Amino acid sequence: MLAPGFADPVHGAQGTFRAVMNALARPGLLQPLDAGLKPPAPLTPELAALALALTDADTPVWLDAGLAASPEVAAYLRFHTGAPLTDDPARAAFAFIRDPARCPPLARFAQGTPAYPDTSTTLVLALDRIANGEGLHLAGPGIKGPTRIALSPLPEGFLAQLAENRAGFPLGVDVILTAPGLVAGLPRSTAVTES
Amino acid sequence: MYVAVKGGEAAIDNAHRLLAEARRGDPAVPELTVAQIRAQMALLVDRVMAEGSLYDPDLAALALKQARGDVVEAVFLVRAYRTTLPRFGASTPVDTGAMAVARRISATFKDLPGGQVLGPTFDYTHRLIDFALAAEGAVEPAAEAEPRDDADTCPRVTDLLAQDGLIEPSPPDDGAPAGDLTREPVDYPADRALRLQALARGDEGFVLGLGYSTQRGYGRTHPFVGEIRVGDVAVEFVPEELGFPVPLGRIRLTECQMVTQFKGSGTAPPQFTRGYGLTFGQSERKAMAMSLVDRALRAEELGEPVASPAQDQEFVLAHCDSLQATGFVEHLKLPHYVDFQAELELVRRLRAEFFRDSDSMQEAAE
Amino acid sequence: MSAMGMLPQTESSPSPLRGGVRGGGGADGTVEPRSAPPPPPAPPRKGEESGSEAGYNFAYLDEGTKRMIRRAILKAIAVPGYQVPFASREMPMPYGWGTGGVQVTAAILGRADVLKVIDQGADDTTNAVSIRRFFARTSGIATTTRTTEATIIQTRHRIPETPLREGQTLVYQVPIPEPLRFLEPRETETRQLHALAEYGAMHVKLYEDISRHGHIATTYAYPVEVAGRYVMDPSPTPKFDNPKMDQSPALQLFGAGRERRIYAVPPYTSVRSLDFEDHPFRVQQFDQPCALCGAEGVYLDEMLLDDAGRRMFVCSDTDHCEGRRADGHVGTGDAV
Repeated sequence: MLAPGFADPVHGAQGTFRAVMNALARPGLLQPLDAGLKPPAPLTPELAALALALTDADTPVWLDAGLAASPEVAAYLRFHTGAPLTDDPARAAFAFIRDPARCPPLARFAQGTPAYPDTSTTLVLALDRIANGEGLHLAGPGIKGPTRIALSPLPEGFLAQLAENRAGFPLGVDVILTAPGLVAGLPRSTAVTES
Repeated sequence: MYVAVKGGEAAIDNAHRLLAEARRGDPAVPELTVAQIRAQMALLVDRVMAEGSLYDPDLAALALKQARGDVVEAVFLVRAYRTTLPRFGASTPVDTGAMAVARRISATFKDLPGGQVLGPTFDYTHRLIDFALAAEGAVEPAAEAEPRDDADTCPRVTDLLAQDGLIEPSPPDDGAPAGDLTREPVDYPADRALRLQALARGDEGFVLGLGYSTQRGYGRTHPFVGEIRVGDVAVEFVPEELGFPVPLGRIRLTECQMVTQFKGSGTAPPQFTRGYGLTFGQSERKAMAMSLVDRALRAEELGEPVASPAQDQEFVLAHCDSLQATGFVEHLKLPHYVDFQAELELVRRLRAEFFRDSDSMQEAAE
Repeated sequence: MSAMGMLPQTESSPSPLRGGVRGGGGADGTVEPRSAPPPPPAPPRKGEESGSEAGYNFAYLDEGTKRMIRRAILKAIAVPGYQVPFASREMPMPYGWGTGGVQVTAAILGRADVLKVIDQGADDTTNAVSIRRFFARTSGIATTTRTTEATIIQTRHRIPETPLREGQTLVYQVPIPEPLRFLEPRETETRQLHALAEYGAMHVKLYEDISRHGHIATTYAYPVEVAGRYVMDPSPTPKFDNPKMDQSPALQLFGAGRERRIYAVPPYTSVRSLDFEDHPFRVQQFDQPCALCGAEGVYLDEMLLDDAGRRMFVCSDTDHCEGRRADGHVGTGDAV
């Protein structure tokens, strides 16, 4: 019995999109995200909401090992989005990562090209906790005043990878962070430092 | 004294009512029916379908009625409607070789299997206005031909030439899905399939002018009409869960195969090359012009210098769409007074400086 | 109608026909009064709310098109000032008349939004009226003329005088998104120039104006540098409005339908008008205040009063002017 998608496909998708749009426009700031989904494990409600709102037959999707191993997750995504699954991160328009600690290095995903930097992968990570006011320091477009974000778990080497990603601007991936009921954004334009 | 007044909404409503009245004209004159337009202005309907990219003769006829006969306006209505339709996928490629031909001619051979079938055409008429048409009356029925089994006896001229290797082969179908410029933005250089799609939808006048230019030295292609055929073809679709083709109906198409400048190399013997044109309905002028421009746009692929407008991909594809063209040209009617004010301010300032400078120069001279 | 138009296609029930793109509305897309009844609309999709006019998907666009535009918007925000290509759809209004702005607004619009639409700064110019009506009909959302009440403001050629705040989104209608287009007509070339951040030709052109006229001759659509990287066309707003773009609390989205490009400036982002040390950027000055409300430092429209050349200058931003007059401000009412 397949788990349902958005109760209201039009407004569920729109509401999710606005939360993500605000998250990328104001990097690091937490946006509420409650799409009311109950997808098959290990997909989280937030990952599912983003997949349903943003992916379809035109966007190859990469799933991390935990998600890819679940036939229910594959069936759920195929049914509700029609998105083709790819096992090559460099061909993915979207990458969903349930286990951030084991997230592949950002450099393995599509980086875009100098003429078309928009063709890079958008990563969506499911974290246990995101909080403002502590943790990493953020600077760049969309950020007003000191902005800090604490991530848990923090993928190993993530800070160095984000720095490398930022150094490659305008190429680079864009990262969307989710936690229960929340979404935050780290577009490639954001500089992330320890202090 | 100027008083800020709101009136835009009321003005628009009144304009719409006036338009509806103007469209209908004198109520004492019988109203045009969609059926009349479809049947008796069929070539106009065909053009609206071709540029609207939607095969629906009744809809195109209705659009023409609503548009008061303005072709581009009618195309606009059809395209805006098309945007709202759900897409289920692509049909299998239509087989024009199996066309039930109503008309089929070739300029490259005097006679050929299947024969020269003139069909309904203006080509041999004398363009003398027939005032008898002003009075409606019955038309003398044309003679009926013997029924023919077209599939066997109407092979394509280009296939006949290809048998002897005289013409380049048709590009092979590698099974890759055809691009669709209505769903993805065009990225240059665009492949031939996308270029043909743009030309098929393109404004007939613009494509005609470009095709004409190639005949006058702006990118010469030495064209011969290998074949023009007009007739009905079957359209089929393969639903994923059935796995076999399902017929959807028949549509009328015009196909033009242009045989063009031969080329060879040190390692390959010379062959004729091709230009291709295809339109909905009977639109020979468009199909022919399209085939000339198609061939011109292949200049780079065929190792010819790209020197003239019809060979310039970006120029042709960016400007051949009548809706884009008319939208931007006609948008000049929209208010631009804010930007004009900015220009006024600058010109006034420059003029003030000019006169001030020339005054002071005069004073210095005195 | 062929059989193709009648097959049901919903978002959350099995689609028998994969391979095509999901989504689709199914109803007559025309907005203006029709002269014949439209064909019957396709049955509304399961769970899908119609707009106020039966048969339209909310805000007219099908969900597949909205997804495509939304993805483009997200990438545009991530790379400020860079033009993201998107597959612009045919809309019921002509290319060149705001279809890009309309598609962006339609993609972001939600039930709770309040929409303001202006053209040349005014809410009641015919094109603004037409677009506002379009959204009212196809989505049923609330509309307003008050800048302070709006959550989304779609605009042609002006930025409102009232400072925008966090949470507002300004959607610009853009005719020619490419700031280098008049120096280099080819897209293949301008893509490379942006990739390499090679903007020398633009600086040369501006400086040539200075040598010829003593001033930079660009008075609207004045090019800006965004977040220190991409040179961007702010749309044909008068250069007077450029400073409002810098560090705005609002999100600024730009839609070019005919040219098929979307770009964005996030809030609190640097937007710097191109200039030179010896010729710094300057905005237009008006010699007199608004004749109706007395406002100074705002952009004014010139009204011709008679053929003797008498004229009057009034606020271009009609909402701003009305608000000031409602607060008791009065201009001199004098013609010049």
